[in-house]
Amino acid sequence: MSVAEAAAVPSGEAQSGAAEAIHVENLHKKFGQLHVLKGVSLSARDGEVIAIIGGSGSGKSTLLRCINCLENPTSGVIRVNGEEIKLKADSHGHTVPADRKQIERIRSRLGMVFQNFNLWSHMTLIENVIEVPVHVLGVKREQAIAQAEKLLARVGLAEKRDVYPAFLSGGQQQRAAIARALAINPRVMLFDEPTSALDPELVGEVLKVIGDLAREGRTMVLVTHEMKFAREVATHVVYLYNGLVEEEGPPEQLFGAPKSERLKQFLRNVG
Amino acid sequence: MPPGWGGTLLVGLLHSIEIAIGATCLGLLIGTGGAFGKLYGGPVTRDLLAVYTTVVRAVPELVLILLLYYAGTDLINQLLSAMGYQRIDISGLAAGIFVLGVVQGAYSTEVIRGAILSIPQGQIEAARAYGMPPLLMLRRITVPAMLPFAIPGLANLWLIATKDTALLAVVGFFELTLATRQAAGVTKAYLLFFVAAGALYLALTLFSNLIIGRVEARSRRGMPSVKEAR
Repeated sequence: MSVAEAAAVPSGEAQSGAAEAIHVENLHKKFGQLHVLKGVSLSARDGEVIAIIGGSGSGKSTLLRCINCLENPTSGVIRVNGEEIKLKADSHGHTVPADRKQIERIRSRLGMVFQNFNLWSHMTLIENVIEVPVHVLGVKREQAIAQAEKLLARVGLAEKRDVYPAFLSGGQQQRAAIARALAINPRVMLFDEPTSALDPELVGEVLKVIGDLAREGRTMVLVTHEMKFAREVATHVVYLYNGLVEEEGPPEQLFGAPKSERLKQFLRNVG
Repeated sequence: MPPGWGGTLLVGLLHSIEIAIGATCLGLLIGTGGAFGKLYGGPVTRDLLAVYTTVVRAVPELVLILLLYYAGTDLINQLLSAMGYQRIDISGLAAGIFVLGVVQGAYSTEVIRGAILSIPQGQIEAARAYGMPPLLMLRRITVPAMLPFAIPGLANLWLIATKDTALLAVVGFFELTLATRQAAGVTKAYLLFFVAAGALYLALTLFSNLIIGRVEARSRRGMPSVKEAR
């Protein structure tokens, strides 16, 4: 799927007719004795922006990380682009992806942005951005560089293309990490608390980039602590509490007229 | 220097360098495999590797060389004759590389294992999240990211390898130390030849340091200077 196709989906509201990009059903995740996700379902159609909110330890990051099997779910169904991720039990009884090629193919179409940026420190920004297109997706190097230059310009880092990540601010690193994710023409962008590791004055520049992506109709799943931002950009908000979906709905409803006592309490505490 | 013997010493030095390079390369291969086996392998792999690194690092290298060289060639020849093949002469070069490579491999395993553990795990996770297959990840991410942490230890091992070649003199391999002993024995100019040999080892080390320094600077290219963090 190309950038143009993704952008062609009207932004703003949920498209009931749009294809389902991500489908999660009855997902459970246990870390040893700790039951982190207790049967969560989630759906993201093309053009939707799903914001996952919740307190610390509610399982919101784990849910996001299960979508591309960075954490292997204990049980449940995950479909990306209509294709179900095949899982199997290994010799220790842990659930792991059954087909390495399948999971690699699916991962290479999901643009993950991490809390701690996780840029490759031995590569300049431009090398970071072209790495996956060239070496995983088989894009020609010149073509990848041309695209990467556009993406770096888009996140305001054109003149930093030959700088190594360690010499940049957190906000600049995170914007570069977003460019790296966009470079794979992702079907869905996954954001795992993208501003939580940033100094307060750097949060704005990163949120602006993410907000622009949301407004152009990119499909995104976003775990965030920025409630005001979630309300602005999300088409659908999911509030997780203790490993379960406590309440979900359009942002106006969830933030404007929350039903659950726990959500009201949560919004009071973070607001 | 008595005529002719200078060339003999240089041939010995060349053989020493050949062995050291071969043993270091073999050691790096074993070490990379060993480190990954210790970190990510199953319980059996890990136990076997623990036995290997413990035994090799516990026994003096001279003993290992004698053991692997004599017992090793004997074992191979017994196997060959048991299977009906002719006995073979194992070249000193191949045997030397193999023996020192096995020793280097044990130390390299630990150096590389430590270096892999020093990589910020998020960088490995990012590679997984973008669908990199294991070998590509090894080549593009893990190895370059661990190099800054591995090079000081591996540089030590290389310098040790250049000097360990002298141990092969005991099994009659013609390297720098044996060449020196021959030259000195024949001409009786002991001081001259052993000082010359020492100077050659020193020159090799100085040249190595030059190369290692460049490789290390290149591997640390993405890292801020530590001087500024004092």
